[in-house]
Amino acid sequence: MSAGFFTDLLSWLLLVAGGFFFLVGAIGLNRMPDVFTRMHAVSVGDTLGAGLLVAGMALQAGPTLVTVKLFLILLVIWFTGPVATHALARAALQDKLLPLIANRSGKLVEGDPDKIALKDSSKPGKGRAQPSKR
Amino acid sequence: MMFAAAILAVLAALILTVVRALKGPTVFDRLLAANSIGTGAILLLALFGFMTGRPEFLDIGLLYALLNVIGTLAVLKFFRYGSLGHGGEEETEA
Repeated sequence: MSAGFFTDLLSWLLLVAGGFFFLVGAIGLNRMPDVFTRMHAVSVGDTLGAGLLVAGMALQAGPTLVTVKLFLILLVIWFTGPVATHALARAALQDKLLPLIANRSGKLVEGDPDKIALKDSSKPGKGRAQPSKR
Repeated sequence: MMFAAAILAVLAALILTVVRALKGPTVFDRLLAANSIGTGAILLLALFGFMTGRPEFLDIGLLYALLNVIGTLAVLKFFRYGSLGHGGEEETEA
């Protein structure tokens, strides 16, 4: 399917780098202390890892319809990943889940609710005053 | 061969992600892991299609990518409102 030594070499590099970043994202998902930092770790794998893997595959496919489909997949991942993460962070904050913050001695404590709370009660007409029906 | 290496890396990442999905303390951890598993499945499908020389797997991957975000948002909405049949009426009546 491919041609040329340098194409193969570049493809190797891209695929290995993509796999590395995806793996790093998964390790971060296990090592990070709370859900917000875990989102940060996962987004590395979902953008950089997927991008590099798709680029490596596209080099092997050459200028064909397969490459178009590959980049369509990449486009969908790149647009929906941040949307899903944003919705997740918003839902977590509304569920009274606060990010951990290091205090002066370096220990992780729960952050100050007044500083991190969602600010949408200040916007008129968009208030979330009523409690959720859970 | 190069695809096999990438597949191994993605598989190892998926195992770690499943670990987080199983033990995540809050529902949001599990959802985040589920979203990441979806992305990993797409990449795995694409890589496997390339490894076996059948890039038709990309169509399935595209479908998975579209379903992934819908699933995450639907579960989020369910946990926010307690049902999926909640429109935008909260915005207008407030």
